[in-house]
Amino acid sequence: MAEELKPGCTRPEIKREKKEEITENVIEKKEVKSMVKVGKPAPLFEAPAYHEGKFINVKLEDYKGKWVLLCFYPGDFTFV
Amino acid sequence: MGVEVLSVSTDSHFVHKMWNDHELSKMINKDIPFPMVSDAGGYIGTLYGIYDEDSGTETRGRFIIDPDGVIQGFEVLTPPVGRNVSETIRQIKAFQLVRKTQGGEVTPSGWKPGKTTLKPGPDLVGNVWKVWKVEEAFE
Repeated sequence: MAEELKPGCTRPEIKREKKEEITENVIEKKEVKSMVKVGKPAPLFEAPAYHEGKFINVKLEDYKGKWVLLCFYPGDFTFV
Repeated sequence: MGVEVLSVSTDSHFVHKMWNDHELSKMINKDIPFPMVSDAGGYIGTLYGIYDEDSGTETRGRFIIDPDGVIQGFEVLTPPVGRNVSETIRQIKAFQLVRKTQGGEVTPSGWKPGKTTLKPGPDLVGNVWKVWKVEEAFE
């Protein structure tokens, strides 16, 4: 029987198969993640968006010269 | 205030449209006035350090970016607690004032538009207590 999901603000965790056993001989690729810092440039991006009836392509670069408030949130139709 | 808002989640732009059409537009009686960006795969969220790989969603990260493209401030919350929009507006107004005065005026704790600013310089060292009261931080 499929388990009923509890309503909540977070999307249920995607459970992936653990593949650790088979990677023991593979050289681990460690990505250097540089956390954003205040006083440093905001990472640029380009992505699809919906805006007042239209699907558009948003480029952060196009916003140079303007103040930008960039807000992330967990998902559409969440409660908070 | 002259601020462009961009909202971002991992939902597709199609789902953004549905959310706008079926819920958000009913809250404000018009379309959401800013672009709702789709970050499928969490690429942008990863760049900003707020993507949660376990759930495949973005946490509540909020970044203030100045006209030079520099991050002036950010705040990150876990999903169940919403943000304080007034505080974000206050911070943007403070950053705009600092930028306008080219750092000639800075905003002490609790600053709001019209309240005491400080003018950094040798004369201010050791003298903040004369021009700014602790109570102003709690007003």
